[in-house]
Amino acid sequence: MALLEVKNLTISFGGLKAVDNFSVSIEKGQLYGLIGPNGAGKTTVFNLLTGVYKPDSGSVELDGHNITGKSTIEINHAGIARTFQNIRLFKELSVLDNVKAGLHNEFKYSTVAGVLRLPSYWKVEKQMDERAMELLKVFDLDQEAQTLAANLPYGKQRKLEIARALATDPKLLLLDEPAAGMNPNETAELMDTIRFVRDHFDMTILLIEHDMKLVSGICEKLTVLNFGAILACGDTSAVLNNPEVIKAYLGE
Amino acid sequence: MMSFINYLISGISLGSIYAIIALGYTMVYGIAKMLNFAHGDVIMVGAFTVYTVSSTLGMNPVIGVILSVIVCTVLGMLIERVAYKPLRGATSPLAVLITAIGVSYLLQNLALLIFGANSKSFASVITWKGLSLADGRLKISGVTIVTIAACIVIMVALTTFINHSKAGQAMLAVSEDKGAAQLMGINVNGTIALTFAIGSGLAAIAGVLLCSAYPTLSPYTGAMPGIKAFVAAVFGGIGSIPGAMIGGILLGIIEILSKAYISQQLSDAIVFAVLIVVLLVKPTGILGRNIQEKV
Amino acid sequence: MSGKKFDFKKLLKGDFSTYLMVIVFYIILQTMSVSGGLSSLFKGMLVPLCIYSIMALSLNLTVGIMGELSLGHAGFMCVGAFAGATFSQLTRDAISVDLLRFILAILVGAAAAALFGFIIGIPVLRLKGDYLAIVTLAFGEIIKNVINVIYLGVDDNGLHLSIKDEAALNLSENGRVIIKGAQGITGTPKNSTFTIGIVLLLITLVIVLNLVHSRSGRAIMAIRDNRIAAESIGINVTKYKMMAFVISASLAGVAGVLYSHNLSSLLAQPKNFGYNMSIMILVYVVLGGIGNMRGSIIAAMLLTALPELLRGFSDYRMLVYAIVLILMMLFNWAPACLEFRERYSLKRMFAGKKAKEAQ
Repeated sequence: MALLEVKNLTISFGGLKAVDNFSVSIEKGQLYGLIGPNGAGKTTVFNLLTGVYKPDSGSVELDGHNITGKSTIEINHAGIARTFQNIRLFKELSVLDNVKAGLHNEFKYSTVAGVLRLPSYWKVEKQMDERAMELLKVFDLDQEAQTLAANLPYGKQRKLEIARALATDPKLLLLDEPAAGMNPNETAELMDTIRFVRDHFDMTILLIEHDMKLVSGICEKLTVLNFGAILACGDTSAVLNNPEVIKAYLGE
Repeated sequence: MMSFINYLISGISLGSIYAIIALGYTMVYGIAKMLNFAHGDVIMVGAFTVYTVSSTLGMNPVIGVILSVIVCTVLGMLIERVAYKPLRGATSPLAVLITAIGVSYLLQNLALLIFGANSKSFASVITWKGLSLADGRLKISGVTIVTIAACIVIMVALTTFINHSKAGQAMLAVSEDKGAAQLMGINVNGTIALTFAIGSGLAAIAGVLLCSAYPTLSPYTGAMPGIKAFVAAVFGGIGSIPGAMIGGILLGIIEILSKAYISQQLSDAIVFAVLIVVLLVKPTGILGRNIQEKV
Repeated sequence: MSGKKFDFKKLLKGDFSTYLMVIVFYIILQTMSVSGGLSSLFKGMLVPLCIYSIMALSLNLTVGIMGELSLGHAGFMCVGAFAGATFSQLTRDAISVDLLRFILAILVGAAAAALFGFIIGIPVLRLKGDYLAIVTLAFGEIIKNVINVIYLGVDDNGLHLSIKDEAALNLSENGRVIIKGAQGITGTPKNSTFTIGIVLLLITLVIVLNLVHSRSGRAIMAIRDNRIAAESIGINVTKYKMMAFVISASLAGVAGVLYSHNLSSLLAQPKNFGYNMSIMILVYVVLGGIGNMRGSIIAAMLLTALPELLRGFSDYRMLVYAIVLILMMLFNWAPACLEFRERYSLKRMFAGKKAKEAQ
């Protein structure tokens, strides 16, 4: 059975159907791409999957559990983590604390233990530090652990967002334009990182991207959105050679 | 029944004063995105100017009113130029708020030094006795009528100015998007200064009306009406001019009616409680626009 | 890993220096006080210094750590003050050990303020920004107003409450009135001392600083920095905002108990519990640095002492205070001023010289 099973997801904003009958089925361990022209509704799909918006109709199932209409927090507990198109880091926290915030529900001790610095505080904080440093190392950010997130260069901010999302130990990772604003070298490096994340963490990844090199390089399957509706879906090479898709991207 | 109508009318009258003050708050908030805590004290300065001109110098109160508007207008622009403008673009919006509090203390303590802490009795600028209706059972004082009339005139004039003059349109543009307005060739700094000027001029008028209706004057006269007018502005939807008007008048009516029928001491608490209820039902006030954060 | 450990130590050191500052401050003033080196005016200020430092720390938790502007903090102080004083009055005969009764009064005051924080937090925390600020101001004023009409008495039949007048309490002959409406509470035992004040300040500091460096504190700051991202990683926004608000309110309640046990008569007036006081506390927080706990204490102490120290200027002191406040804000926050300071700072000039030499 598929890890993510989305059926006929629809939402309208003031009469305009932003997402119309969107369905997708993603297998465990797949690297799946969601592409389409600007304004096609890709980010809205992410917002629907993560509970930022509630769908007008349709259903979302993750690993056999129905998560349709659940809150963002519940959906994260269920196993979906994401990054944002316009980076949303905790800017005034250190790089390390950004990841530790992501570990919030993985490692627990009570507020009282924290305020009184009981043994559980020291023990769990140490575990959190170790786990967070492991994650930072994957993204080559361990040297900057104490830097304020706001002071990181752009490319590293994107990586930190992925590390923070992974810290919540998700089953499905949603990446919203991870290569936006990166130069070709950084993008190539990012492709390696995404592949590594998939293999190393046994992760399923759904990503939105405009960079066709990245999409064709790492995505196994694609869905193309246009004006909120699905234009094509299937294996990457087949979809990218589909005349309809080429037309939507390049115009008549 | 007659007493109810009487209370209602004095509520509208008090509310009109709140509305005029609230206009200043709401315009400044709309354009500079700041809570001008010193606005209430500008009211006090306006009232003291009239007091000085008519009671101390013995001149015609009309001259006092005109002078008072001029003094407050200049004062408003001066405060903006010296204390607020340098903080535009500061990393925390709290910086300018605290500075405004500093300006408020400054004005209060200057007045304290010049006029002393004792409250002065303010001779009403309006000498007209007013109307007596329904065989004298319904009395409407001259101050009440003038206050309500002034409020209507100001509302109409301000709306016309904003919708039909170039400067007014510039104000709308700046409140919508400062950066874009700048790119369109609008003098943003000038527009903000103009907003402060108008708001402070209105505060002077409000000060005169307030002290004519409640004829005592002290350095702290402006503080509480200032806060309540601010509440009125939020109540109506801060940034909205008709909102300030509706908020002010509703607030005045609620205050007078709760004083009359519920409790003298608890009237302020009731006013604030109504504000809380309104904001819970409509988090941006009666006429406020709801802006959702884009994800 | 060794690098990380070192930084962790540095962090502790930063907190430690704050504790040390408070302790040194205490030792100096206490020595001076005992040896008679302090004027009676200054002696009278020792407990208020602790009260307003605790208030500033407590508000900084809301403003700096939670990131929401509260203009009604004096309201929580008011609740704590009246709850604590009422408790002390009620148990005056039952508990004969002053210190024990005072400690219990502090806990009662903190709990009462926390309860109000929770009740007020339910509506308030649904709002944002300036709207949240104005509603906290409104709640602060409501608390002050309502306390001014409350009459509370006690007799053999228990507690009697009225919002009308003393007679409406219907007390039996041996009953006594505790809260007399606008006349407040009189005759509260004067249990507040400088030493207790400093101990409470240190406890507040421990609570706030340890909270900030804990899992919950991280969650609160994550919400402050980006609510949507915090939700996306499964942080319960409502819970942690409420937690910060309630802790902040209860600490203000502690300051209130200290306040009410420092005076023989307790009144709820605009100048001690009105929005002016809330704003005053906010001034300490902003001047001391938003989110900077040590700065809050320094600013609260300096600005509480300043008007008293300026008493020589009598009439001009508040004027000077206002001007100092405006100038400090401009100096610390105006972009043009910051740029100027950056350009002409000694550090930078020195660094520039070095860089040139290196070329």
